[in-house]
Amino acid sequence: MEVVQIQRNLVDYTKSLFMEGFLDGQFLQLQQLQDESNPDFVAEVVSLFFDDSQKLLNELTIALDQPIVDFKKVDAHVHQLKGSSSSIGAQKVKNACIAFRNFCEVQNIEGCLTCLQQVKLEYYLAKNKFETLFRLEQQIVASGGSIPMIEMGF
Amino acid sequence: MGMAAQTQFHVLAVDDSLIDRKLIERLLKTSSYQVTAVDSGRKALEFLGLNNHDNEDEERNSSVASVSSDDQQVGVNLIITDYCMPGMTGYDLLRKIKQSSSFKDIPVVIMSSENIPSRINRCLEDGAEEFFLKPVQLSDVNKLRPHLMKGIRSDENQSNINKRKGMEDIHSPDRTRARYNELEVV
Repeated sequence: MEVVQIQRNLVDYTKSLFMEGFLDGQFLQLQQLQDESNPDFVAEVVSLFFDDSQKLLNELTIALDQPIVDFKKVDAHVHQLKGSSSSIGAQKVKNACIAFRNFCEVQNIEGCLTCLQQVKLEYYLAKNKFETLFRLEQQIVASGGSIPMIEMGF
Repeated sequence: MGMAAQTQFHVLAVDDSLIDRKLIERLLKTSSYQVTAVDSGRKALEFLGLNNHDNEDEERNSSVASVSSDDQQVGVNLIITDYCMPGMTGYDLLRKIKQSSSFKDIPVVIMSSENIPSRINRCLEDGAEEFFLKPVQLSDVNKLRPHLMKGIRSDENQSNINKRKGMEDIHSPDRTRARYNELEVV
């Protein structure tokens, strides 16, 4: 495939992620912080997010499985996940965390369990999307092309 | 004074989140600041040379360790800290800095993911120069420069200020407070 075509695919794909609400403006901020001297910045930060999230989701599963649930602990983990998803622009994950915290606050275990499932779902979807994005970028770079900057209307 | 004209400002960033530390570090470096990033208030105080001693010991420490003195070449020009951290919160750190005779004049900026007006006001009233909502943007980091400039006292540095490119207008503290009326609740 021509580099130009892959570049076009990347632009379209990225735009769709914004339109569908997977990504918000914070992701653009991340891209703006990437340059020739820090060419892997976005990938590094997103990779940290994957590692962090995986750990947090495991902790949350364990915490909610206890006979007596420590809601403060649960809330602390969700707060952290909300923060990191917000920092990279993973909007749907962030929103799922906000809903989760509401149930923590009222100590509603059923609500929390449902939210955990929802956060996990959003996280895996987001992970998938990011991986596709980076794969496209790698293809472009491997073909000698440069990664196009996305211009968004907002 | 022995200060070189092109000395970079040194910012101490404090955040328990690795991702946010990476982010703030990149934001600050992009703005040409030298950055030291630590993951707790305790480590921040250690870096400054401030331990839990009384004032006497503190002054002895700060005159011996040139890292923590007013020497602008190695010192810290601004501290930016997350609010919610285990152990010592950003607010606790702010208070400790402001209570320290050696460091009370270092501008402190607080970051938080939560828009809680009472929290924001308390931090500002207790000496924080700015309060940034996370995720922190480049436009926020641009607001740091005036606070850093205030730390330069000698007249000769006025000419340095004029030479700097893209100098933003110095805004008054009142504008910081007015800002929070515009923020939407998350």
